[in-house]
Amino acid sequence: MEVEKPGFALFLEGMDQTEGKEIEELIARSQQPLPDPDEWLEPGPKPNLLVTTIDKVFNWGRHYSVWPFGSGLACCAMEMVPTAASRFDQARFGMEIFRASPRQADLLIVAGTLTWKMARALRLLYDQMAEPKWVVAMGACAISGGTFAHSYSVVPGVNRVIPVDVYVPGCPPRPEALLYGFMQLHQKIERRSVREEFILGDLGKLIPGKGKQS
Amino acid sequence: MTKPLVGQDVAELIAEHIPQAVVEASDEWVIIRPDLLLQVAQFLKATPGLEFNYLNCITGVDYLDYLEVVYHLTSMEHNHSLVLKVRCSREKPEVTSVVSVWRGADLQEREIFDLLGITFVGHPNLKRIFMWEGFKGHPLRRDYL
Repeated sequence: MEVEKPGFALFLEGMDQTEGKEIEELIARSQQPLPDPDEWLEPGPKPNLLVTTIDKVFNWGRHYSVWPFGSGLACCAMEMVPTAASRFDQARFGMEIFRASPRQADLLIVAGTLTWKMARALRLLYDQMAEPKWVVAMGACAISGGTFAHSYSVVPGVNRVIPVDVYVPGCPPRPEALLYGFMQLHQKIERRSVREEFILGDLGKLIPGKGKQS
Repeated sequence: MTKPLVGQDVAELIAEHIPQAVVEASDEWVIIRPDLLLQVAQFLKATPGLEFNYLNCITGVDYLDYLEVVYHLTSMEHNHSLVLKVRCSREKPEVTSVVSVWRGADLQEREIFDLLGITFVGHPNLKRIFMWEGFKGHPLRRDYL
């Protein structure tokens, strides 16, 4: 009882082949974790007074309006949701509401197990976010793959695919833990300098070790 | 409460119409030959008094010596249920597809094909569903890794 395949089934098959190939390529080039974006935290020559003041204004504004983009991949999303709701209320930290589009978000919360099949989609969402952008890896699975670290289908840590700013451990982490992670992220943002982005600009990316990794 | 039918009774009915189809039967289940599964499925669905018109689920099991596929059937008409089993060898894991009888078997057969590597002969679109194209091996087999 062979059924002849219609044209669009062949088209879908082609899509599957392409997807499979892309996932294999992604796995091949994701064998090492990406470095965490923290180069501006290193002690170095102090910026001059003018830049410091601009930094303060920029970072003050930025760290009180980090709009999150929830990527609820697994059960950690169940803890991420009450973080935004009235009891824990991340709006106290200027986090406001979850955006449905990566274009409007500054912070990607990877909440849950990332599989290799989903990794392409997550990387695409990360790439669609506007700079400056931040990533929180929430829960054991997002940090290292957790229980599934040696599994055939799970990415052993999202930092294989996207650079991570803050790691929030737990399985799943309590909303308080996630809020603490946000506070750590605020501290990290506060120490960032606009010098790299505006004064050095594209030049900053040419200097090894400077500029945001992508 | 759904009444589970006694396996031996159903096995007798099947054996009357399709000889050699039944391999083994107990109180809870009936084991069918993999190449005659489609006929048995059609028989179970069409026969008045049985009319198994709903396929609850399909399960694939790896018993190391052989692979097994378990079909949980229910009749909405008579509110009774039956468990069918099919065994196939690890060397030639082939079972007849029942998609033409129960449409719901489509994705579940693809899942078993993907994770256990059992080929469902006659399936309209048998390809991987959870794993990506080009993935090597069948992860739920007990000798995987």
